[in-house]
Amino acid sequence: MSGPTRHDVVVVGAGPAGLAAAVAASERGRSVLVLDQAPHAGGQVWRHRRGERPAPVLVELLRRLAARGGAIARRAAVLDCPAPGELVVDFDGRIDRITAPALVLATGAVERLLPFPGWTLPGVTGVGGLQALLKAGLALRGQRVVIAGTGPLLLPAAATVVKGGGELVMIAEQARGSQVVRFAGRALTDPARLLQALRLRMATIASPYRADSWVVAAHGEDRVREVTVHVQGAERVIACDWLAAAAGLLPRTELAELLDCALTGGGDGGGISVDDDQATSVPGIWAAGECCGVKGETAGMAEGTIAGCMAADAPTTIPPRTRKIQAAGRRFGGLLEAAFAPRPELLRRVTPETIVCRCEDVPAGAIDPAWSPRQAKLWTRAGMGSCQGAVCGPACTALYGWGRNAVRPPLASPPLGAWAGALTRDGEPTTP
Amino acid sequence: MNDVTIQVDGVPRRVAADSSLAAALLTLGIAAFRTDLHGRPRAPVCGMGTCAECRVVIDGRPDQRSCQVPVREGMTVETAT
Amino acid sequence: MASHPDVIVIGAGLVGAAIADGLAEAGSAVTVLESAFAGGGSTGAAMGHLVVMDDSPAQMALCVHSRLRWEGWLDEFPEDVEADRCGTLWVAADAAELDAAAGKLALYRARGVAAELLDEGQLSSAEPALRAGLAGALRVPEDAVCYPPAVARHLLDRARRRGAIVQPGEAVAVEPGRVTLQDGTVMNAGTVVVAAGPRSAALIPGLPVVPRRGHLAITERRPGLVRHQLVELGYLHSAHTMGGASVAFNVQPRRTGQLLVGSSRELVGFDGTINRPLLGRMLARAIDFVPGLAALPVLRTWVGFRPATPDSLPLIGPWHPLAGVWIATGHEGLGITMAPGTADLIVAGITGGTAPLDATPYAPTRTIDEGGG
Repeated sequence: MSGPTRHDVVVVGAGPAGLAAAVAASERGRSVLVLDQAPHAGGQVWRHRRGERPAPVLVELLRRLAARGGAIARRAAVLDCPAPGELVVDFDGRIDRITAPALVLATGAVERLLPFPGWTLPGVTGVGGLQALLKAGLALRGQRVVIAGTGPLLLPAAATVVKGGGELVMIAEQARGSQVVRFAGRALTDPARLLQALRLRMATIASPYRADSWVVAAHGEDRVREVTVHVQGAERVIACDWLAAAAGLLPRTELAELLDCALTGGGDGGGISVDDDQATSVPGIWAAGECCGVKGETAGMAEGTIAGCMAADAPTTIPPRTRKIQAAGRRFGGLLEAAFAPRPELLRRVTPETIVCRCEDVPAGAIDPAWSPRQAKLWTRAGMGSCQGAVCGPACTALYGWGRNAVRPPLASPPLGAWAGALTRDGEPTTP
Repeated sequence: MNDVTIQVDGVPRRVAADSSLAAALLTLGIAAFRTDLHGRPRAPVCGMGTCAECRVVIDGRPDQRSCQVPVREGMTVETAT
Repeated sequence: MASHPDVIVIGAGLVGAAIADGLAEAGSAVTVLESAFAGGGSTGAAMGHLVVMDDSPAQMALCVHSRLRWEGWLDEFPEDVEADRCGTLWVAADAAELDAAAGKLALYRARGVAAELLDEGQLSSAEPALRAGLAGALRVPEDAVCYPPAVARHLLDRARRRGAIVQPGEAVAVEPGRVTLQDGTVMNAGTVVVAAGPRSAALIPGLPVVPRRGHLAITERRPGLVRHQLVELGYLHSAHTMGGASVAFNVQPRRTGQLLVGSSRELVGFDGTINRPLLGRMLARAIDFVPGLAALPVLRTWVGFRPATPDSLPLIGPWHPLAGVWIATGHEGLGITMAPGTADLIVAGITGGTAPLDATPYAPTRTIDEGGG
């Protein structure tokens, strides 16, 4: 085995926070490797449709990173951390061990997908999920779409649906109208943000936007055909071909948990706990962006920059403006939580027949809320399937108030042979 | 924009070259990517590789999360449709 | 809480739940003390292989009796116990191992256990997923597979229906006639049964049981890839050797179609971390026997602790230093299999009924020949 090229800083996640961290570290003289399990860099928020220009911010960050020799490995999933500073990574089918003397976690967020009758029908997606599928090439060709979700993600997703050729029948926001107004008043003080929000609303102006509204059930046989929506006090049945339904975003913390990083706690376990310099509870590991708490891409980039400077051991070079944005991001995150927390009615849609664990077909009726999550897992197999609790974990937390089950390696699902080889391989760690 | 030809359940189909497989299959009108333990159809949800609902067989390999796989000329895909 | 039950059973793993169920059926007033939930300890980490093993006559006798009792259990309980009468193939890699398998065959048949010897060709037909070039196997068709946490749950539910009381709590001390809980509560009963798995040694000083860590991995579903529980004959060496770390090929098809891959053994106390190199060796060994495993996605890996004794026999019976205290643990890798027989012995012992087999070899206070087993 030839002498391995080590990287000073490894960043997990090539979204806004991860790329900002990578650029900051590389521009301070460190060798940087960014890992992202998706085929493209940019995370969830910087995806572009075929024929669209990629976001200028993304282009710029990639250019700056490349200028300093920073590398991005796409389709690279972290599987395990066998020892501090060591990661086992599935590089698009080839598993290798890399050293990560300084590690920045920028693993982003996932949608909170809450169960309701009919949610497993084809055509029922997440809100960000439908947006992601559209940006990855889904053509709607006039098909009817209902969006039912919460928070600032609704309007960009709605705009993407319209751009993607869908007939957007309704945008349902589950928060109360007063909460939305209050949030808008506080959050849209920035002119650029206000303009963006207005632009998005204009793009979707043909579609009604209703607060105090949420999906009650989806109906259909082979796919969703109509949905029952609670619209400001009354139930309506709306025919549609797609239902994009979610209940906000959650920090993605599985890798952090495997690394024994402390979380902020709170209802859903919270995000990765970090100090003002984005340091986690584990020496040598920093975290930035949505995985620390949902707060948007601008603050994510600021946090990423801070984390990158710290990982590069250059704390005095942290740009002062990032501190202001970091602080603003925390405030914004607080506003988001206050305005868009899932309302109790969303938790009361579930019937005994409603599937809670999608991978193992476990219905709500098989689960006793008084159980512990581990008890539910062992007694019903909920959480034992392919997604390993990524969907049903947050669903059970919302429905039953449970904490989360322990994270175990491998974090993705590598082929058994490749992983066995990586576990037993002698010699020095390598990099791609 | 270029198209590529992939085999979907034994039938050659033209799909956008820069599409993810999941997006391409959905655009083709595929509803059931896989079936659950009771034989009911399932299709993509999260679009980002975490929900595991978009799994199909690609080039003979099962359990591939199609939303994370770009289409490729000559790819063979088996769904539950 | 019952003011004064006849019996306190500590631990609602499969063994404790079975004992509670048996005692309640026999009319005893039973309180089961469980710190988490039925089947949450070693039971929840176990493979659920119902297997006759022949390391010693005493081991085999308890396996044979228990496996017969399992026939009834598998029919009595709901679907979620995932009963699968798939049988075991003890795989012989070479002629020497096949000879050993022939010896086992004779032993099994003498004990009335259905078994047959397969040659290379027959093995290949019976289990196409095995690599070519294996010498053959001993096939034990009446072995089976279950999902232990579900069985423990249903046994405990049945015990409740028969009058048993389940008391949440953790025992910290056991004395004649009394059990002290972590919160200071004291429970009194004429008889106490310690069925707390490897942690029983913390309650009974001098009890010769220690945790023996094992790794397991579970894969995505591939129904039909593997038809029997597959175990290499070398497994017996691994199970015997008390010291050091070892792996042995042991793969189980679950009714769900997922494959459960084991096995490993180490003495590391209660360290719950994964020993990655050992896990890698275990997986590599499995692939060696079933090449098709290599392509299967692995969903998760975990560890569990077997309650191990120096002579590979369980501890079932009265603990003489403490009047009225009984022990039911130490089954190593046979706790799931031996649960019904263990319960029968304990129930007979406590109620004065007729024991279905001679309990002497399992006496917890026996002199243990550390070189044995």
